[in-house]
Amino acid sequence: MKKLRLGVQLIFTIVTNGYVYGFLQGKIYQGNLKYVCVPGLNCYSCPGAVGSCPLGALQALLNQRGFQVPFGALGFLFLFGSFLGRFVCGWLCPFGLVQDLLHKIPLFRKRKRLPFHRVLKYGKYVVLVLLVFVGSSFLFGGFAKFPAFCKFLCPSGTLLGALPLLGSNEVLRSQAGGLFFWKLGVLLFLLLLSVKVYRPFCQYLCPLGAIYGWFNRFSLVQIHWEEERCTSCGACERACPVGLAVEEISRSPECIRCGRCVGACPGKCLHFSAIVRREQEQPGGRDNCTEINNS
Amino acid sequence: MNFWKTCKGYACLLGMFAGVLFLGLGVWQGQHEDIWKKAVMICLECIGIG
Repeated sequence: MKKLRLGVQLIFTIVTNGYVYGFLQGKIYQGNLKYVCVPGLNCYSCPGAVGSCPLGALQALLNQRGFQVPFGALGFLFLFGSFLGRFVCGWLCPFGLVQDLLHKIPLFRKRKRLPFHRVLKYGKYVVLVLLVFVGSSFLFGGFAKFPAFCKFLCPSGTLLGALPLLGSNEVLRSQAGGLFFWKLGVLLFLLLLSVKVYRPFCQYLCPLGAIYGWFNRFSLVQIHWEEERCTSCGACERACPVGLAVEEISRSPECIRCGRCVGACPGKCLHFSAIVRREQEQPGGRDNCTEINNS
Repeated sequence: MNFWKTCKGYACLLGMFAGVLFLGLGVWQGQHEDIWKKAVMICLECIGIG
């Protein structure tokens, strides 16, 4: 499962950032694929990005003069969320991949969570409301609004967009100032923290994870727990990189569906599934659900 | 009765339907053009310059 997930993460990152010409010339892709949002946090100013960032798209629509419901971006978010939930985070997000790889570096004693996790985990909702919605819509009013999360916080934009572009484009490099160094500092802090703590950005700051987490309860892709066969050995809880209890797996907004619990369970009580519900009920009042077991 | 066990499938379908509906509304309002226009220009805010 680990190797499969790493392979999917690498392939998806390469495919969605495969515009090699952009890296070589210090330019970005300007084709029609950018009408479509990719599911993960992937800055569209990355020279290799062939799709749009869903958060960037959301903020771009909120930046419009006059308040309009950003249906275009919400549509992508609802579709990705309803199908996958935070499976996107665990398998398809490039910045998630970066944090996963850094966490493998054998330095420092590893931690699953920061202290005060129970409070800090709500930080991503604060970022979502204050920076993405309020910051992009109202706070910086006037003619020239801007994407507040992208401007002040997004580490993916710095890593995938700023560094490659400034590295290959002298004009842009000459204009780097205080804001760039602030964002670089945020990025370096998160990358260093990732070595010790598992995915700190995903757990505490990512507004995209906050949105997809709402869909975890009812997304099509789930990790199904066969409670009646479970012996409560705790292997899944020990394997879970974000420290979830077995009853929280897949349902919790914190679950990124990485699948480590699936691989760790000795009784095969956990498995990925896509729940398809039939309309008719069986005798005894139980619904006739069809499960498609995928692992 | 567990609410989520009963309604999970319907909530999923509703979410997908809402996603398709929102995408359609976005295209109808021309928001896909706004997304594209933003995405094909280097976002100076995103790279720490603007």
